[in-house]
Amino acid sequence: MAISNRRTRRLKLLIGAAVIAMAIGYLVYGGLQDTIVYFVTPSELEAKGVSAHGKSLRLGGLVKEGSWVREDGTLLHTFELADETSTIRVRFRGIPPDLFGEGRGALVEGTYGPDGIFQAKTILAKHSEEYKAAQDHAAEDSRAIMYNSVIKGSQTQ
Amino acid sequence: MISQLGSILLITALAVAIYGIAASVLGARLQRWEFVASAYRAVLWLFALVTVAALLLVMALVTYDFSIAYVARNTLRGTPLYYRVTALWGSLEGSLLLWQWLLSLFSAAVVFSQGRKIRDLMPYAVAILLTVSAFFLFIMVVPANPFRAQFPVPPDGRGLNPLLLTTSMIFHPVFLYLGFVGFTIPFAFAIGALVTGRLGEEWIVATRRWTLMAWYFLTVGILIGGWWAYTTLGWGGYWAWDPVENASFMPWLMGTAFLHSIMIQEYRQMLKTWNLTLVIMTFMMTLFGTFLTRSGIISSVHAFSNSSLGAYFLLFIGLLLLFSLAALVYRMDDLRGQPELDSMLSRETTFLANNVILVVITLTVFLGTMFPVIAEAVRGVRVSVGAPFFNKVTVPLAYLLLLLMGIGPLIAWRRASWDNLKRNFTYPTLAAAGTALIAALWTRNPYALITFAVCAFVTATIVFEFYKGVYARRKLAPGTSVLRALWTLFTRNRRRYGGFVVHFGVVLTILGIAVSSNFAVEKEVRVTRGETVQVGDYDLRYEGMRAYDEVYREVVWTDFTVMRGGRAIATLSPGKSFHPNEQQPIAQVGIRSTPWEDLYMILGAVEQDGSAATLKILVNPMVMWIWIGGAIITLGALVTVIPGRPTRRSAIAASEATGPAPARTLEYSGSR
Repeated sequence: MAISNRRTRRLKLLIGAAVIAMAIGYLVYGGLQDTIVYFVTPSELEAKGVSAHGKSLRLGGLVKEGSWVREDGTLLHTFELADETSTIRVRFRGIPPDLFGEGRGALVEGTYGPDGIFQAKTILAKHSEEYKAAQDHAAEDSRAIMYNSVIKGSQTQ
Repeated sequence: MISQLGSILLITALAVAIYGIAASVLGARLQRWEFVASAYRAVLWLFALVTVAALLLVMALVTYDFSIAYVARNTLRGTPLYYRVTALWGSLEGSLLLWQWLLSLFSAAVVFSQGRKIRDLMPYAVAILLTVSAFFLFIMVVPANPFRAQFPVPPDGRGLNPLLLTTSMIFHPVFLYLGFVGFTIPFAFAIGALVTGRLGEEWIVATRRWTLMAWYFLTVGILIGGWWAYTTLGWGGYWAWDPVENASFMPWLMGTAFLHSIMIQEYRQMLKTWNLTLVIMTFMMTLFGTFLTRSGIISSVHAFSNSSLGAYFLLFIGLLLLFSLAALVYRMDDLRGQPELDSMLSRETTFLANNVILVVITLTVFLGTMFPVIAEAVRGVRVSVGAPFFNKVTVPLAYLLLLLMGIGPLIAWRRASWDNLKRNFTYPTLAAAGTALIAALWTRNPYALITFAVCAFVTATIVFEFYKGVYARRKLAPGTSVLRALWTLFTRNRRRYGGFVVHFGVVLTILGIAVSSNFAVEKEVRVTRGETVQVGDYDLRYEGMRAYDEVYREVVWTDFTVMRGGRAIATLSPGKSFHPNEQQPIAQVGIRSTPWEDLYMILGAVEQDGSAATLKILVNPMVMWIWIGGAIITLGALVTVIPGRPTRRSAIAASEATGPAPARTLEYSGSR
């Protein structure tokens, strides 16, 4: 039926827009609920304690020197992420990215278990460095560092 | 020398643009057409100046003029010639110059081809084009000068990131910019329409080809970006909902909505306000997308730099948006009195639903992309919103959209009768149900089943349409061969049938995306030399490692024999290359592509003696169809834009047979 009344038409338009706005709000809110991932530092994680269990989190810190242990024959890695005040143990199964190493920053995504160990699903490369030059390394050094980071059996110091 | 010359050219171009704006607007307001003519000449001069500037930069790049900072950053000695040329758009400043060059090229084309038509509207459209040009020239003159000199002159350049030295990266930015800049034209004409009050179909018809072309280039540009991510970035996928990927996706969504809704205005003179709003939002999205990429506000894989550019962009977008909306409100009264929607079951409603869904997707992607920024600004929490969110909200809507794509072209205008619905959709619905049943024998994944069903539905509607068209034509002219009938279908009604081809390409792309997303197999393994590992149907035997020292990189390859059913079918050599100026090695992914599936190998680490290696191996089914779909979209788009002969009404009416004909006789033909 053709609706000829202008006021009714405008009302319909408004209702339509409101419905759409609510749909978007619902979609976004509902969508974000289970998928949003919070950044935490080791100190913040320790402070959160129990309330952080089970949630999907991103933990960023410095890989503590001497803490990186690779179980031979498997893809299991354990290491510790630290900031000024706290240290969190991390367990990861898989292949760490090339920029990962002791004494460097790392970002892991996963869940914090009641056993106090962070189960990491992925280790994220630090984006800001991906496309920039190694300004602070001399050309020779950076090559050696990179080569060694891939070829196992030689730790970079 | 080049540095000063280039800078002067840009400043002069900026001055010319500003002059053009003034002359154009003044001339139109005061009805002094010689001013307007002068402004049009200014547009051509602008193109000449920017072209010379661009050529200058290319020359500097080709001749290794490291006294210019941009050249030193984007080339190094030994970079092949074609990569030196394409380094023009390798990073920020140069890409701005490319954008500006394309804009001045398009502006000149518009003035050249349409200078005499729509005289009232053109001056304002040209003024808008020149305003955008002036903005880009301004930011090139002030914060981001491509010709900035560098002292002391370094002996060698740093070189572009090797990830960008690929064929796909030669085309990806250009195609994207062709799309973005292309949408400036309908935007400019829309503003012209608002200012002059000529709110009919004039501005749409004048810019229809531009809209189509812009949409096409944006679509293919995005697909090439996905191709690059898949083959070069080497993480196993083609789309990560990265903020910069979203930055190109949002204009595409709005552009698609706009492309379709202008058809409604052409046919039924409806949705005038909506179209104007859409084109404004599409263009704002392209500017916003550029802002997202350039400002580094959300650091991501693409972020070029962290400069004050962002502030300039935001300011410009804000001002332009305010101006556009003001113009819209100003003409609010004149935009009334349009035909109403007659029925919920009609082509108009289907197109409207298509638009609404596209806008909803755009807004959710926008909110998801900006949420981390907002959350940090408002609550001080740092969060990330990733693929799970975007997939969750967009996938169901995408299915709806796909369904509408099948319904839209066939359903009748104004009011679809039950008879009309039955006639058009019985077979496709049966095809959909049948496909779902057959697929259910093989998988229970609901997403896959829905995808197959809807893709079958849309394909059936397309095939059905071609069948009806050919049948009708052969009835009209008995003795015509099927091939000839098909040919005539295309030549007599390019837009409709070219559109069908494009839709079919979309179906293939979505099929490829859905299947590869739902059925991919992934495995991380550690192999020793001689050992065989099994992934999917394949047995992969690690043969050993090779290392090469090339002039500008060191490469490590690990060789694998690919076997299936006991027979060796291929060798793949995933590897890593190390570059002197890069901190991180570049993955050299090993891919074996077939239409059925891709075998994809990423090298993680390898022992120094090559005795063992860790890899991530994926089997991605039907990825090739994404690219094949892109090729078909190209074909369809080409068909649509080629000018055709005016159509004869009777033939079209007989072949379409979609119910009561629309009120106006503006034919849906390829005559323009």
